[in-house]
Amino acid sequence: MAKIKINGKELEVDPNKNLLEASISAGFDVPYFCWHPKLGSIGSCRQCAVVKYRDENDKVGRVVMSCMEPASEGSIISTEAPQAKEFRANVIEALMTNHPHDCPVCDEGGECHLQDMTVMSGHTNRRFEFEKRTHNNQYLGPFINHEMNRCIQCYRCVRYYRDYAGGDDLNVFSSRNRVYFGRASEGVLESEFSGNLVEVCPTGVFTDKTLKKHHTRKWDLTTAPSICVHCSVGCNTIAGERYGTVRRIYSRYNEQVNGYFLCDRGRFGYEFVNSDQRITKYIIPGSTEGVSKSAAFDFISKSIKGKKVIGVGSPRASLETNFALKQFVGSENFSVGLSKRDYQLAKLAVDTLINGSVKSPSLKDVEKSESVFVLGEDVTQTAPMLALAIRQAIKNLVKPKADKAGIPQWNDAPVREIIQSAHGPLHIAAPVATRLDDVATTTYFSAPENIARLGYAVAHFINTKLVLPSGLTDEVKTLAEKIANDLLSSDKPLIVSGVHCKSSEVIKAASDVATALKSAGKSVSLSYTFEESNSVGVTMLDGKPLEELFDEAKSSKAGVLVIVENDLYRRLGKEKIDAYLSQFEQIIVLDHNETETTAKATVVLPVGTFSEADGTFINQEGRAQRFYQVFVPETDTPESWRRIAELGNATEKPFIENSFFDFTSSVANSLPQFKGIANIAPPPDFKVLGQKVARESIRYSGRTAMKANINIHELKPVNDIDSALSFTMEGYHGEAPSALTTSYWSPGWNSAQAINKYQIEVGGALHGGDPGLRLIEPTVDKESYFQTIPEAFKISAKGLTTVPVYRIFGSEELSTKSPAIIERSGNAFIGLHPADAKRAELKNDDKLEISIGGQLATVNVIIMNELAEGLAGVSAGYKGVNPEMSEVTFKK
Amino acid sequence: MERPLTKNIRPDGKPLFIKEYESLGGYQSVKKALAMQPKEIQELVKKSNLKGRGGAGFNTGLKWSFVPMQGEFEHKYLVANGDEMEPGTFKDRLLIEGNPHQLIEGMIGTAFAIQADEGYIFIRGEYTYAAEVVAKALAEAYEAGYLGNNILKTGYKFNLHLHTSVGRYICGEETALLNSLEGKRANPRAKPPFPQVSGLFGQPTIVNNIETLCNIPHIINNGAEWFNGLSLTPGDGGTKIFGASGKVKKPGLWELPFGVTLRELLEEHAGGMRDGLKFKGCLPGGASTDFLVEQHLDIRMDYASVAAAGSRLGTGTMIVLDDKTCPVGMVLNLEHFFAQESCGFCTPCREGLPWTEKILQKIENGKGEMKDLDILQFHTKFMGPGNTFCALAPGAMAPLQSALKYFREDFELHIKEHKCSWK
Repeated sequence: MAKIKINGKELEVDPNKNLLEASISAGFDVPYFCWHPKLGSIGSCRQCAVVKYRDENDKVGRVVMSCMEPASEGSIISTEAPQAKEFRANVIEALMTNHPHDCPVCDEGGECHLQDMTVMSGHTNRRFEFEKRTHNNQYLGPFINHEMNRCIQCYRCVRYYRDYAGGDDLNVFSSRNRVYFGRASEGVLESEFSGNLVEVCPTGVFTDKTLKKHHTRKWDLTTAPSICVHCSVGCNTIAGERYGTVRRIYSRYNEQVNGYFLCDRGRFGYEFVNSDQRITKYIIPGSTEGVSKSAAFDFISKSIKGKKVIGVGSPRASLETNFALKQFVGSENFSVGLSKRDYQLAKLAVDTLINGSVKSPSLKDVEKSESVFVLGEDVTQTAPMLALAIRQAIKNLVKPKADKAGIPQWNDAPVREIIQSAHGPLHIAAPVATRLDDVATTTYFSAPENIARLGYAVAHFINTKLVLPSGLTDEVKTLAEKIANDLLSSDKPLIVSGVHCKSSEVIKAASDVATALKSAGKSVSLSYTFEESNSVGVTMLDGKPLEELFDEAKSSKAGVLVIVENDLYRRLGKEKIDAYLSQFEQIIVLDHNETETTAKATVVLPVGTFSEADGTFINQEGRAQRFYQVFVPETDTPESWRRIAELGNATEKPFIENSFFDFTSSVANSLPQFKGIANIAPPPDFKVLGQKVARESIRYSGRTAMKANINIHELKPVNDIDSALSFTMEGYHGEAPSALTTSYWSPGWNSAQAINKYQIEVGGALHGGDPGLRLIEPTVDKESYFQTIPEAFKISAKGLTTVPVYRIFGSEELSTKSPAIIERSGNAFIGLHPADAKRAELKNDDKLEISIGGQLATVNVIIMNELAEGLAGVSAGYKGVNPEMSEVTFKK
Repeated sequence: MERPLTKNIRPDGKPLFIKEYESLGGYQSVKKALAMQPKEIQELVKKSNLKGRGGAGFNTGLKWSFVPMQGEFEHKYLVANGDEMEPGTFKDRLLIEGNPHQLIEGMIGTAFAIQADEGYIFIRGEYTYAAEVVAKALAEAYEAGYLGNNILKTGYKFNLHLHTSVGRYICGEETALLNSLEGKRANPRAKPPFPQVSGLFGQPTIVNNIETLCNIPHIINNGAEWFNGLSLTPGDGGTKIFGASGKVKKPGLWELPFGVTLRELLEEHAGGMRDGLKFKGCLPGGASTDFLVEQHLDIRMDYASVAAAGSRLGTGTMIVLDDKTCPVGMVLNLEHFFAQESCGFCTPCREGLPWTEKILQKIENGKGEMKDLDILQFHTKFMGPGNTFCALAPGAMAPLQSALKYFREDFELHIKEHKCSWK
């Protein structure tokens, strides 16, 4: 630690930080633009000027940029010296010469870092009296709105987009005061992480286009801490609502998980909440227009009476919902809502993490890894933020080059100059080309069986006691040896795999590689990706796969089926599901959006989405995370667990649980694998200074008028019995425990950059620790290997063998009900090896009718050079495509 | 009076190619250098008091000594900065076009001294003829074995390449030049790290001015003492190519000892002012130096003396202002240039220079107000050294701040008369 002095205050700080970081961490307000805790310093904006003194006797000092000076021993600075303050005011004055001052019509207004910094720097009178320069804006796709006139040229956007996220279609053009940040020509931003520009840009150049369509000021949003529902990573979000619709998703800082960022699916996939396919009515047989709640429940209690009831849960429903359903129908009658194959895969991966010796990493751990081997996943499409973390991880092995040259790691540009394009090892084995290939050391594209064989070969070269698969080509052996050596040459290797190539062998091979590295003394971690937000939770809860439940139901003549938040047609082929469903007298479906399954229901009960519900998800790391209801819906759409309790109460199985805390406590107390989850956030009776934490800001406007057209009397605010949050502006507005952060705000800091004030030190952990609880830790040093080496892939005589191909926009169920995501999803497709395409006389973009297990789907042809011959890469999760992904045949 | 740099340059300026160059004693220093220890050459150049001729005036041998001589590097680079875009400066062009092999010879000696294996000659885009000449000379030097993988069969390897700029003033800033060479935006880099530690492609790199490098063969051949003896000023070794442009009788370039007076330069070499014109002032070392005026005519032209007079020796090529040319118009023209050439990276330069240009235009158009002079004065401080990312804006403020000091009445006249009295 270094002893330094800021404004006369003696501090002990990390000498590996710069003086700006030290100042902000110590609570001093120093304005800045170009610096960002994740992007480091470049010294371009000159806004963070302070006065630095040579020693105690130096009373004059000199102006320096605090972001470009190390917090070295003995540094003495003043953030308040008149020269510094004057210079900072002059810089903001210069920045403002071309800024349009269009705050009233700018989407950023009210949460604009530029507004905050202008006020903080004290520039008020405008001396510049000439014309401002203007720019043309570009169409950048359905996610991002572009308004270049507002630009203050901090260069953050290109540094984030290119250097951090690996994109290459956003750049800086031209020079002098005409520098332009955009694309070479108009078009959709290609990066899957483009939405972070909204938060990275300190002003309104890049704003959320989906928010623009139903714009609301930050201070008018009702916000609550939430968890992203669009993949298994579990990024922390803040969801904001006004007038009954969710208006936007913002990232919620969690150092262990997503840090400052989100992927575009997570940020822009939320509009299914506002979809016109939302279910808001109670449907019973004979009534398509809906009936009253009491009529619906009367019908249910009559028709259920004396019948055997079975239940299908869901990997996209909360743990509490699945638990409630399991309680309601009984363990033997509960399905996790996955097909046998998918459940086996998920269970294999979860069990491997629980019973194995290798740690499942948080995204922060991933970022700290040094070498990476990915088996069978296009991570950017299946667990996007994990891919972004991998991009950071591969920089670790080359970073010491900067240390050796005396360049501090925060000094971003020089670090990149000395490293150039070098990076640590990233080896990818996947069925198709992946979006990380651009930084891959090696790529290997083949069928899942062969990927597993490569994995086993790598394990063999790490630990030669393990079997080397027979019949490998010299090429594959050499590759395996290289991968093994690369992984062994770093202290922190990371193995990534998952369920998405539908191969248990790939999951097992990945585990064997990781275990071999562990036994070689490496600090290895093993990250599995899963399909949905609570795949891990429902798998840990345990239940039956769909086929088993339905087959048993046939013999036991169960008459009533309850399906919760699950579209079964996304789990198994249409014919199978149709047949399964036809055996029930009543099919009661609880869901929030219309699906093929709700269309088959006899009874439909409306329930809430994530934004109308409290719940717990368990992410792919094994971390239990709480999400909160955002607003009180006008519609009768309670949480599914509450709805199930209503069901129970309407039958002979009343629930003792009433509130969310009752349910989550029951889960924690009755099932040891979930011990502690009730305590991952403060209980509902938690109060700060005698108050609940407010969901609305102190500046929330219009509350007395919002419903005045219905009733002039302002309604009494609804009490939230489930959580420590209040639904209105009444309540505590300061910094609450991290799990209860409804928005980031601090006096003078209205933008997301206020997060600085919530961290122990900038860019670090949140005060009181980051929320969430890891439920899976490796059992001590028990080495066990699978060593179940599959036969090499053989081209089938019957047709092409299907491998599912995932798309970040298009493969996931809920986000594809959101207009902006739909715009990016494209058509269902089949990827073919050029030789297979040639044989079938097919070319790119041909329309084709394919048959998987007899289920027909119309798809577009995409020639995929990397795909192995004999394989067909079929778009997973697209409408009509048989989710079973068996062999595919087609006729032109 | 010895003129080592220009003595072999033909009066008609036609380039000297290898046969002729060798017959005049060319490439002798290569043989000598390759027999020396690299550190010995560094020491020799340090002692010679050769200072960077690009304008900064830093001891060249000292600069080289920061290149790490131990350790493994993919490459070490030597780059000749021939991006001569400083307004009023054309000395490097003479050296490149007139005697390209002198530059190449200097680069070989320098490269050996820092053990560089790759080199680039970075030439201003508009210098197309210079580029042609260098290209031919490089081919000859490779052919003769002075360049390549085994120079003069000593085992020393140095490959030298020509790179022509696409034309930005900022490329003359050595770190912006390196970014440009790497194919990136020509934005300056943060210092530290200095290029000696992390330069071109992140490798140890020396960037030297053309004129600086052309001195190296002569220092190696004749020694440090001889080189120091060329100068009239102790501490500034060698000769300097001085120049003059503007309304003087004989604009041109002259190789002279350090320490000649400004008056001698102006009156003897440049032939004095054209008839009917009076000397009003000059920018002594290119556009980014402060004006010197009549009271300074007797100062010596060396780094310390010019600095003591409140300006910089810079490139040593002066732009002369006469009494019939509007000083506001001249400064406006310069600020237009600097505003246009800002890379747009840091705020004060990107936003401040266009602002000063607009105010000067306003004054020149007769629309000026007295408060504008305060804003101009403010900018000269705002864009002062340390406040900006590189030296471009502080350089741009040099003529403005000195013009406001020496020619303030001319600015006020514009404002009072609502017009430019020179038009």
